[in-house]
Amino acid sequence: MSSAAKRALLDPVVDSNPVTLHVLGICSALAVTTSLLPSLYMCLALTVVAASANAAVSTIRHVLPSSIRIIVQMTIIASLVIVVDESLKAFAFETSRELSVFVGLIITNCIVLGRTEGFASKNPVGLSFLDGLGNGLGYSVILILVASTRELLGAGTLLGYTIFPKIADGGWYNPNGMMLLPPSAFFVIGLIIWAVRSWKAEQVEKPEFRIHEVHRTEAL
Amino acid sequence: MPEPDQSSGSKTETVARTLLVALLVSLVCSSFVASAAVLLQPRQAANAVLDVRRNILRVAGLYGGGDVDELYGSIEPRIIELETGAYVQGVDPEAFDPIEAAKDSAQGVEVPAEIDVARIGRRAKLARVYLVRGDAGIDRIILPVSGYGLWSTMYGFLALEADGNTIADITFYEHGETPGLGDFVGKPAWQARWHEKRLFDESGRLQIQVAKGHVSPDDPMADYRVDGVSGATLTGNGVTNLLEYWLGDHGYGPYLQRIREEGGGT
Repeated sequence: MSSAAKRALLDPVVDSNPVTLHVLGICSALAVTTSLLPSLYMCLALTVVAASANAAVSTIRHVLPSSIRIIVQMTIIASLVIVVDESLKAFAFETSRELSVFVGLIITNCIVLGRTEGFASKNPVGLSFLDGLGNGLGYSVILILVASTRELLGAGTLLGYTIFPKIADGGWYNPNGMMLLPPSAFFVIGLIIWAVRSWKAEQVEKPEFRIHEVHRTEAL
Repeated sequence: MPEPDQSSGSKTETVARTLLVALLVSLVCSSFVASAAVLLQPRQAANAVLDVRRNILRVAGLYGGGDVDELYGSIEPRIIELETGAYVQGVDPEAFDPIEAAKDSAQGVEVPAEIDVARIGRRAKLARVYLVRGDAGIDRIILPVSGYGLWSTMYGFLALEADGNTIADITFYEHGETPGLGDFVGKPAWQARWHEKRLFDESGRLQIQVAKGHVSPDDPMADYRVDGVSGATLTGNGVTNLLEYWLGDHGYGPYLQRIREEGGGT
């Protein structure tokens, strides 16, 4: 694999992760991460859509008039999302019910449109495909981390298998109900971003302004 | 477009070219979506049938793993005439489609506006109920119910004990209520709160309701009230309304009357 291809695939996993660096795709990261199984399907769906949308947009990038490029990208993304949603209904019925609208909402997921417009419309097909795949993986890593944390602490299980036996079932673990509520996803994502930025200090943004105390005489 | 050179860049920007690209993209995308929908439709339909059966088994108290179709074989679907509440012979229960029958002018009937609290519009004259038999005759009676919530028609099953008055279970297998709020109707945790609730009081009046908020056990009406969810009052009201219609005289009322008098019968 050439170094450009490797970078397109692997950079978005940690170094320019769409969730932790760009803070995109938070809506679905909050909604579907109460348990691990639906999150895995969500990751798969988003990765498939991001990679194929990137490849499709890149294929037609030379013939695409710039005046309609966004709507064409949206059409392609929307078609892919519908097909993925229909496939889930056919092959993973129970999970698709649990994910309800959130697969459909991949259409508005900023990660997908961001990559087609920002990357695929300027780069060759193979590289764009890898970039989509990489961003899907970056999203997946965070989603899986958040979902594992929430399911483990909130219900004492992973993928439905008991890891921490609950007090109610004669074990020792008292589940933290807050982990099953949406705000906990914010806390977990926040902690992940903190951890990543402590490890990779270059991801820390420069403050846009500083609050400084103004002395009364200065203000006048 | 940063990459193409100037000449091809200007060529892609003409009106005709733009329209052509838009047309082609639409054609390709629509045939892609349409063929996926057509190819996957049989599997989805099979899943939907399986899901309905799974829900019937769940309210029948028979679902606990195992082969759905095999378990479903122990449930007895029967056709009743709603107006009289009598069982009807000679109609294949599996082939009967209440939604199609409701649309038909001969097989359906208009629901009078003043009692159409569940906003059903039309219903079939016949209905399919499911009987679960135990060692001592009929164990549970499963009634299909439907009605409008906030956004959508909700379809579900109400399972009653043999007395025709005690709720054994309830489920909603198809609805389009707000995810995260109104979709509680599809959640087992909420459905479990219906166990042992009663429909009719001593004088025979229908009392069952989804309450606003939590029901205190000290409430004299606690037997007839189920916890609602704040933020989803209209979905809860929808459930109350659909029960009011389907358990009333225009719904399963006459049938339940017979059950109470005859103890289920044949």
